[in-house]
Amino acid sequence: MKFSEKWLRQWVNIEVDTQELVDKITMAGLEVDDVEAVAGEFTGVIIGEIVACEQHPDADKLRVTQVSTGSESFQVVCGAPNARVGIKVPFATVGAVLPGNFKIKKAKLRGVESFGMLCAEEELGMAESSDGLMELPLDATVGQDIREYLSLDDKIIDVDLTPNRGDCLSIAGLAREVSANFLADVTEEQVAEVAPAIDDTFTVNIDAPQGCPRYVGRVIRNVDVSRSAPLWLTERLRRSGIRSIDPVVDVTNYVMLELGQPMHGFDLDTLSGSIHVRMAKAEEKLTLLDGQEVTLNDNTLVIADEQKALAIAGVMGGEGSGVSEKTRNIFLESAFFDPITIAGKARSYGLHTDSSHRFERGVDFQLQKKAVERATALIVDICGGEPGPVTEVASEAHLPALREVTLRSEKVTSLLGMAIENSHIEALLSRLGLGMIADGDGCWKVSVPSWRFDISIEEDLVEELGRIYGYNNLPESTPTALLKMKQVDESQVQESDIRRALTARGYQEAVCFSFIAPELHKLFDPQHEPVALSNPIASDLSVMRTTLLPGLVKTAGYNLNRQQSRVRLFETGLTFVKEGDELKQEPMLAALITGSRHPESWQGKAEAVDFFDLKGDFAAVFELGQAGNEFVFRKGEHAAMHPGQCAEIVRDGNVIGHMGALHPSLAKTMDMPAAVYLVELSLKAVTKGKVTRFSALSKYPEVRRDLALVVSASIAAGDIERAIESEAGELLRRVNTFDVYAGQGIEEGCKSLAMGLTLQHPSRTLKDDEVNELVDRVVTRLKQEFNASLRQ
Amino acid sequence: MENLDNTLDKLVASALSAVEAVADASGLDEIRVQFLGKKGELTSLLKALGQLSPEERPKAGGLINKGKQQVQDAINQKKALLDQRALDTKLASEAIDVSLAGRGQELGTIHPITRTMERITDYFGRIGFTVEQGPEIEDDYHNFEALNIPGHHPARAMHDTFYFDDTTVLRTHTSPVQVRTMERFVKNNENPPIAIVCPGKVYRCDSDQTHSPMFHQVEGLYVAEKVSFADLKSVLIDFLRVFFERDDLQVRFRPSYFPFTEPSAEVDIEWGCNEDGSIKWLEVLGCGMVHPEVFRYSGIDPEKYTGFAFGMGVERFAMLRYGVNDLRQFFENDLRFLDQFR
Repeated sequence: MKFSEKWLRQWVNIEVDTQELVDKITMAGLEVDDVEAVAGEFTGVIIGEIVACEQHPDADKLRVTQVSTGSESFQVVCGAPNARVGIKVPFATVGAVLPGNFKIKKAKLRGVESFGMLCAEEELGMAESSDGLMELPLDATVGQDIREYLSLDDKIIDVDLTPNRGDCLSIAGLAREVSANFLADVTEEQVAEVAPAIDDTFTVNIDAPQGCPRYVGRVIRNVDVSRSAPLWLTERLRRSGIRSIDPVVDVTNYVMLELGQPMHGFDLDTLSGSIHVRMAKAEEKLTLLDGQEVTLNDNTLVIADEQKALAIAGVMGGEGSGVSEKTRNIFLESAFFDPITIAGKARSYGLHTDSSHRFERGVDFQLQKKAVERATALIVDICGGEPGPVTEVASEAHLPALREVTLRSEKVTSLLGMAIENSHIEALLSRLGLGMIADGDGCWKVSVPSWRFDISIEEDLVEELGRIYGYNNLPESTPTALLKMKQVDESQVQESDIRRALTARGYQEAVCFSFIAPELHKLFDPQHEPVALSNPIASDLSVMRTTLLPGLVKTAGYNLNRQQSRVRLFETGLTFVKEGDELKQEPMLAALITGSRHPESWQGKAEAVDFFDLKGDFAAVFELGQAGNEFVFRKGEHAAMHPGQCAEIVRDGNVIGHMGALHPSLAKTMDMPAAVYLVELSLKAVTKGKVTRFSALSKYPEVRRDLALVVSASIAAGDIERAIESEAGELLRRVNTFDVYAGQGIEEGCKSLAMGLTLQHPSRTLKDDEVNELVDRVVTRLKQEFNASLRQ
Repeated sequence: MENLDNTLDKLVASALSAVEAVADASGLDEIRVQFLGKKGELTSLLKALGQLSPEERPKAGGLINKGKQQVQDAINQKKALLDQRALDTKLASEAIDVSLAGRGQELGTIHPITRTMERITDYFGRIGFTVEQGPEIEDDYHNFEALNIPGHHPARAMHDTFYFDDTTVLRTHTSPVQVRTMERFVKNNENPPIAIVCPGKVYRCDSDQTHSPMFHQVEGLYVAEKVSFADLKSVLIDFLRVFFERDDLQVRFRPSYFPFTEPSAEVDIEWGCNEDGSIKWLEVLGCGMVHPEVFRYSGIDPEKYTGFAFGMGVERFAMLRYGVNDLRQFFENDLRFLDQFR
């Protein structure tokens, strides 16, 4: 809420400067966002009256005016379109200094002398922009300093109120807070009852007392809405960011700012029969003040007459029933609407008004009559007219009850971590208007004033106490806990270890958005329907990713377009996959490499990365859990991957992910200049490890036998290795493929694999015979299973 | 005898000058063979000893051996010299330009957001907090209801929630993990203390210079008997001073409002000063004492247990810590940006 500092100080006079005021209320929980001067810094600007205005002889857009300051008259050349005889405007005399240290000097404009400048609001730092001279009321005193006249030595304080403090959305409420914090008295202007001059009333029926427990109304006849609200009033509105509209609306807005009661003025002559406060009928239509036609929901409270809905209660009035320039007779509304009934309604129609903002948070339910009296007095003052008697319809049963909350000093001590003297507790809380009735030692029944919707439990009172006492005056104490150790599962690989292993291998971690474009999703994972947001921020961020790969490929593209040719990225994060009715939110690990294998070097030629670079890096990651051999690579399929360069990674019989080259046609779609290799797998499968079990070292020599096998090119070396492992049994220490060859000397469609078998016995030296016998068995098995022959 | 003396002196002198003159190892070896070899000139003198009288033999033998030794020493010395020279030459030829770059991968980088989250959870880990995580697509109940934010609550408007349907949202904060953890304790019949931190992604339907639709938070929760606001203050002040590595960092607690805590506070830290020399405060954290309703929703007795909760924006901490001034950099993943966190 924005407000004029001077206005507040009129309500509560405190002997501190702006900074101290602002600091104090900020530290009381009313956070001040901004303090700005009402106008820029300037001097030498007085009120002048244009007494003559003629066309400039040599310039179409300039006028030559004579400006009177009472005692003297000056010739001033002016370009404003609204310059005309009879208006009073701010006049910067020669010697004046305008904001930005702009000095006004005698000047010649296209040959005509000019002594000073007529000002627009913008030039005085009172508005961002303006389209002509600032026109002052006709009763302004010519010659008076404009700062004094408009009371410009004031600041606009913008306080960002939390939703629990609806009671501070008024000068009266802010004054209460300031008074409690500075121990100063509130000097509230007494609102006198305005005696009725006529007997006219307008009937009000509350058909929905739950939503509207109180409705106060008043007829005022013969108002002259052609008059303007006084400058002091419209200036206060302006300083709260509210535009002046007409005197009735200005007054209702003013009372809302002053007391916190949103009000509405109806044109009495447009109302039919009587007022009904009721729930809207389904599909009922209403054209609002802003010209927009809305179709109402039946959960919306409306103000209606006997024919139709006139306003959304507590949100906005309707177009046809409001005060217009033709209005002569008005009906003032000052109601209490139930916060829960109003909450969310404005938003559901795409609205947010000063009124809905207040009613949603809670308006003092005892304020309505006072507000009507205040508004009546102001309207009659400005527009004349004859008020009728105040009518009030209320349902006591539906009005909020005045709450009483029990407070125990022991609760204060335990929550704040310090004891506050009972008398001090009473004094602090009393300052906030809370009624303190002692109820035994260190216990009170605290009555909550009607404007405090946020206090309903003991903890709320403790907060109030802490707030007024000052959070920063409360003690600090380091909590103590038992030195109890927690179990740590050694077999579990920490995510941070995985990250370190990857960064050690040159990968950089990326963090991509969890939502992507639907088209992008389709390219990478056509078999899953993604989960779509109903209110995405943009269409390219509208579905939840089912895979981390599109984000990494896009990121690689982003960097490749910025003269990076070598990209190594990884990411961890959730993917969101719908399987039937179930939504799986699974943490994944993904990586991408493209470009040269090593950073550009003075040594040797750059070689491009391939599948086995990625596989080697991830083999290291798999080793982190001491279970690297449990990760098996099999030929696989993936929509985003090259069909001939794609592996599924299997652990414990489950496919846990895929690794492969980005599919060339996808690479083309994504504009990738070089081959890209990708991997994505379940993070949980990687973090699951085991604890090493030591096995005794054999003292006996190892025996190595190499086999050169010729097999069909389609047979996977890994399958042969596993067959060898199974056939050779316990004596086999390891088997590895140390050469792959195809070409001259090998039959077309075949390849030669060189495999080394390392054998060892745990407790004796192996004999040649048994080694030979074992190798023969292996060769026979490979012959049977893979039609493998020994290379001649 | 005199004759022998003469011959010996001449031979030794001739050998020594030959050693002096020779420039390589093979030449030196030839000299050794010429004088000291089996048929060498000095060796032959020994063979001629037989021609001398038995009285003269010992003396002459001694003289010859002395001469031989003299020559041998010279050869040894020269050999050491030549070896040294050869080594020097070899070493000189093997010199490398050590300023050239090394071989292999450069070190990669951990994303600054992860790095910051790791630091935060690490500090809390040291005082016994454990890490908890939860789903990012949340139900309305855990994201709002159970945190004392009913459907009509004005605080919902502040959340700019992403919806999938009426009851499914992208979590707007990491607070639902608190609720899920407390529920698990109750379900497993475990009692507080509960001390957890919950790092993770959160989402708000807002995107501009200073708002990202996806960002990161770390939530913390401590529940035990007799936990007070004083404990909260102490832990958070400690944390901020540890995180920014400044024991004198000024921290202030400002009353605020969150539906799930009561009392609630926002925490500001000093961050430079204003033009007038006063401290410039910067909001970094929200916190408070767990609202009794939140305990009730999760099934924890608010009369027996109290607790505090806090939440912080990771991006903000990363920006302050590393001087990053553009939020969007975090999600563009420009390698030139990431490289800086090596």
